[in-house]
Amino acid sequence: MNFDDTPQEAEFRAVARQWIAANAPKELEAELTKPNAKRANEKRDAMLDVSKAWQKKKADAGWACLHWPKDYGGRGATPIERVIWQQEEGVYDKLSRPFAIGQGMCGPTVMAYATEEQKRQYLPPLASGEKVWCQLFSEPAGGSDVAGLRTRAEKDGDDWIINGQKIWTSGAHYSDYGILITRTDPNVPKHKGLTMFFLDMKSDGVEVKPIKQANGMQEFNEVFFTNVRIPDSQRLGAVGDGWNVSLTTLMNERMSIGARVHTGFPELFDYCSNLMLEDGLAIDDSNVRSKLAGWAVKNSGLTYTSYRSISALSKGERPGPENSIGKLVSGMMMQDIAMFAADLQGASGALVGGDAEAGGEFQATILSSPSMRIAGGTDEILRNIIAERVLGLPGDIRVDKDVPFNKVPTKGR
Amino acid sequence: MNFDFSDDQKQLRDEARRFLAEKCPPKAVRAVIDGKAPYDRDLWKGLADMGFLGVAIPEAFGGSGAGHLELCVIAEEMGRALAPVPFSSTVYLAAEALLLAGSDAQKQKWLPAIAQGHAIGTLALFEGTGNPSPKAIKLTASNGVLNGTKKPVADGAIADFAIVAARTGSTGRDSDIALFLVDLTSEGVEAKALTSIDPSRNQAEITFTNVKAELLGAANEGWSILSQVLDRAAVLIGFEQVGGSDRALEMGRDYALDRIAFGRQIGSFQAIKHMLADMYVSATLARSNCYYGAWALSTNAAELPEAAASARISATQAFQHCSKNNIQVHGGMGFTWEFDCHLYYRRSNALAVGLGSLSHWEDQLIERMRQKNAA
Repeated sequence: MNFDDTPQEAEFRAVARQWIAANAPKELEAELTKPNAKRANEKRDAMLDVSKAWQKKKADAGWACLHWPKDYGGRGATPIERVIWQQEEGVYDKLSRPFAIGQGMCGPTVMAYATEEQKRQYLPPLASGEKVWCQLFSEPAGGSDVAGLRTRAEKDGDDWIINGQKIWTSGAHYSDYGILITRTDPNVPKHKGLTMFFLDMKSDGVEVKPIKQANGMQEFNEVFFTNVRIPDSQRLGAVGDGWNVSLTTLMNERMSIGARVHTGFPELFDYCSNLMLEDGLAIDDSNVRSKLAGWAVKNSGLTYTSYRSISALSKGERPGPENSIGKLVSGMMMQDIAMFAADLQGASGALVGGDAEAGGEFQATILSSPSMRIAGGTDEILRNIIAERVLGLPGDIRVDKDVPFNKVPTKGR
Repeated sequence: MNFDFSDDQKQLRDEARRFLAEKCPPKAVRAVIDGKAPYDRDLWKGLADMGFLGVAIPEAFGGSGAGHLELCVIAEEMGRALAPVPFSSTVYLAAEALLLAGSDAQKQKWLPAIAQGHAIGTLALFEGTGNPSPKAIKLTASNGVLNGTKKPVADGAIADFAIVAARTGSTGRDSDIALFLVDLTSEGVEAKALTSIDPSRNQAEITFTNVKAELLGAANEGWSILSQVLDRAAVLIGFEQVGGSDRALEMGRDYALDRIAFGRQIGSFQAIKHMLADMYVSATLARSNCYYGAWALSTNAAELPEAAASARISATQAFQHCSKNNIQVHGGMGFTWEFDCHLYYRRSNALAVGLGSLSHWEDQLIERMRQKNAA
């Protein structure tokens, strides 16, 4: 048992570290270190330009999408090399957020189902950040129940005509392309009538409307499709096989192994170490200590859990299911920790932004953290996944199984 | 990075699991609970024959000298099987104290006897309600003669010797505390068995009246040695708790698959699934924290005090969480004497306080993290 790199790993780490030291935008380090760091949010956003510049620089030097084949813009790296890169890239990884869905989910789907010509055309600019992709899955009537989607695709000669609406589409407003799952046959059970496509987001009939979130920001969108034409050559997988194709996408969800697990604990520990309460430092208060200790062991537990997965990768083995707990634990912790910090501030805990204590970071997290427990699988869906895939418990009884989609009861469609 | 046990260590774990599955079924645990014997003597002898008692004792003192990572994987299996033997008192506490601070003669006398299963040892620390603290130690040592009472002492009524924490001065400093090695057959020692929430493990009150004892380690370093022993035991008992957590989770999972109600397996209800998923989360966090503790223990790293406290807290929470919700998944049957759920629930609640309470270790963890940050 040790934490040492193998000689090859150490060599790879040294090369990565050296390149990052020579090339990373160090002037942004302080900003990126903040838990609520600014992020690219608008098409003409200066942060998007910074993100694209960093991604392009990485791609030119062979540090983009490390695990992809070189022909498609990657490096052909091993899983453990990818983890080492993530560790070394550190906070600069936050700059890659606009590309996370495209590279983590759309790219692997294109790689699995597109033609060789399409892969050579579309994947390198996706890897380099020159083109941004989004994922058009969720709908107003199909969030956790993705397969309940209703966006229709109807064949018209060599094209398909798309009508419907998607929602919660991150980055749709600055994306160049998207992968889109549609219903091509409503007369069969819901999982069987789906088909996947990719499309140019500038196609006629595509309308992107930002959603104003509960925290006042706008990161997600509604996307409306009105008689949008997609050539059949942009279909991914067989007609009616869209559910299986979407599973490829979802299984490729950006591997979080090796990336820093953000729980908010180090910030809370620092804050409590310096915060003076009526009777002394917060960290000397036994109630505060008890709370801190509870979160400390979750924080360390998540870190060491990721070390276990990394160790499996290092040995060329598949990591076990242990990493499935990461988002479930960290999402809840972020919210609970932020609320506890604000509570320590007394009445001032109600203030935000520049008026608040500690720069308002905890309040900003209070307002943003509900989304961490919903996006990318709600806490409840994650518990289902652990229960079913890790513990082997049966799936819920599905009343819509084997029922033609157009016979499934709804609130109206 | 190789943050995992080696193939040999995993093989040893499998060997221990097979051995305990055969020699320590729930029936054997129940025999001790029902008072048929104070501990399972056959199992104790078997553990000695397998070499498990001396796995972390050097060959020079009659052990196999394999090491502490090997002891961790055995500890996990002892916890999983609820082994009704004085393993933790003898191996994690008494033997570790001897290894840390014993003279050559003391080691030669007791360590081979431990490895062969001929001697049971324990640590006599607590004196009634309260947590490990120099202030809480009232038993006096004057010119090597002990007077006072220890309670509770794990396995105190079946132990052959004890490491006793005693007060030698009243300056208010840690150096007032010294450790003594006492042969419990000595004149003036009186042990009385106490009833425990977990009757598969012995608890006792031991009164010392003018008992002659020999020092273990330097007289002014007793508290420092004791703190190190407690940290080491925290990691090892953490592995017992992890083993118990996993078993309780498996029992709950298996029952949820087996039990039919409302026309379906109860494991298909989200209320049950989510409870089991949360148990898996606790058990996974505890296992990972204990692995880190194992690394710190086996390398004698400077991180051991912090790692031990993390392992202790995380594993205590996990075992209590898993054992109580295992009963909940079982419903009424889980609350019967007949089902084994309560055996794990009992053990989890005994282990949770055996080295001092959760709040004590929480306090220790934050203090240690703070010292590290200040350094």
